[in-house]
Amino acid sequence: MNQVFETPMYPYVRQADQDAATTTRHQVIVVGAGPIGLAAAIDLAQQGIEVVVLDDNDRVSTGSRAICFAKRPLEILDRLGCSAAMVEKGVQWNKGKVFFDERQVYDFDLQEEDGHAFPAFVNLQQYYLEQFLVDRVRELQAEGAPIEIRGRNKVSAVGSHPDHVTIEIDTPEDSYNLHADWLIACDGATSPMRVMLGKDFVGRVFEDNFLIADVVMEADFPSERWFWFDPPFNKGQSALLHKQPDGVWRIDLQLGWGVDAETEKRPENVIPRLKEMLGDDVKFELEWVSIYTFQCRRMEQFRHERVIFAGDSAHQVSPFGARGANSGFQDTDNLCWKLKLVMDGNAPESLLDSYDSERILAADENILNSSRSTDFITPKSGMSRVLRDAVLDLSEKFEFARPLVNSGRLSVPCTYDGSSLNSADALNGPDRSRPGSPCPDAPLSDGFLLPKLAGKFTLLTIDADAPDVIEEDGITVTRLALSLKNDPTLALKDRYLGEATSGVYLIRPDQHVAARRPSFDDKLFRAAIRRATGKE
Amino acid sequence: MSDLTLTPNIDGADDFYAELLATHDGLSREESDALNARLVLVLSNHIGDRTVLAQALAAATLKISA
Repeated sequence: MNQVFETPMYPYVRQADQDAATTTRHQVIVVGAGPIGLAAAIDLAQQGIEVVVLDDNDRVSTGSRAICFAKRPLEILDRLGCSAAMVEKGVQWNKGKVFFDERQVYDFDLQEEDGHAFPAFVNLQQYYLEQFLVDRVRELQAEGAPIEIRGRNKVSAVGSHPDHVTIEIDTPEDSYNLHADWLIACDGATSPMRVMLGKDFVGRVFEDNFLIADVVMEADFPSERWFWFDPPFNKGQSALLHKQPDGVWRIDLQLGWGVDAETEKRPENVIPRLKEMLGDDVKFELEWVSIYTFQCRRMEQFRHERVIFAGDSAHQVSPFGARGANSGFQDTDNLCWKLKLVMDGNAPESLLDSYDSERILAADENILNSSRSTDFITPKSGMSRVLRDAVLDLSEKFEFARPLVNSGRLSVPCTYDGSSLNSADALNGPDRSRPGSPCPDAPLSDGFLLPKLAGKFTLLTIDADAPDVIEEDGITVTRLALSLKNDPTLALKDRYLGEATSGVYLIRPDQHVAARRPSFDDKLFRAAIRRATGKE
Repeated sequence: MSDLTLTPNIDGADDFYAELLATHDGLSREESDALNARLVLVLSNHIGDRTVLAQALAAATLKISA
């Protein structure tokens, strides 16, 4: 049994701020030391911003919780110094099976595209990810970065002002106040920060309960995602089996509405269900059991003056598709470079409005996809079930029905089509790298592309001339000059040029495309830089 | 002579499926059954080709394989 989540990782320590005669003002306070809060803090600290993380607890999360991490978050976490550990510890998978009633209706292979540094998915318990993030915080501290985590510091009151935020914090000893230039609220779906500020959180409630169990077993199940619709061991409901490291398996069982969570959670009720699913001869041990219900909803706005919401506090989805934590990392990835420019006076505060519009677009996409998966898995009407079962019956015999089977549309990053930061597409290039897109990775002769684009504005030129550095109103853009001569697999050509013979891309610090043209044009690219930083 | 298409052929399959479900929103089971029957007839007429229609009828029985 793994005990990592029972050890205090950032125990309460008395701070000088608690005895200060006047209230201390910090640059950024992050509320919540979950994966998203820690990622935000690391991102800011790596950019030299002073950041304090407050958490009401002092340890990593209990139970596996978020377990499925997609390629894009792995690319983001690579820039934050955590992906190598995740890939090494995690379980990779790309195959799955779909069962209906008593039979397997089909199996699938995600058939990953070659030429990416990271796999499509890694399964890893959330507590390991949090541990890696805390390790990274400690590493940054050892290098002298201005970042700290304060355990058992619970925010009990918040005051929002146009140019700062005030908070009151309860500790095991006493209460104290802090001021911050900016506050990022990453305190989860139940977000006390959101409640204290009296902000809305509306959406659709799904009347269903799911039992989630981490089971330790020595079994021969392969590293695959198995999904059951209406299985004999959970009649009329669904089930999911997924592998995690350390011989731990995630089992999700749909229970339906109107069950008593406390009763269902008891081992004497859970174990017989699992025996029915796994067979009598499989030996297993329960590590963690939880019952969850869910909603698909988001805040109307993610930014309220100087309080900015990110992750589950801002938007909540059903778990099908692993779009919760994965989208949270894309929130902070989108936010932190903008916040740095605004804090340094290199961009207007209105640049942060694009955090709202871009990440709300993403949240709506995630809510739409996860709601549809939920409607397929748990049909809400008789006819919905008839159609669902028809799809499943047909899928066993005919390939055409398989794309209609929806047991979760797995997390992919959002393309910010229509964002005010994009310049008009001027390259006859591939659709996948149009302005607003996250840059696809590509193997070059000297390593992968994405690490060369990390954390700064880049002018990517492919067989095109351009200055090595452009300075435009406080923004420095450095050129990355590439050629199809260094494109051994033709992935660069395929993903960035298509039919074009040359290309110049303006790429944001979060590795999204801001503008692209066949060749460099000083005036137009300077305009694109201003546009990408909220100045046009 | 053409053959019944049994490989994926709908662009934006999830969008289509959502539209199909939405068409049934608020209908009683009887009304939904009637809607499905009308839909079968509309689509059959669009296909027109009797050979393809015969193949479709057989496929729907699940007694043949692709």
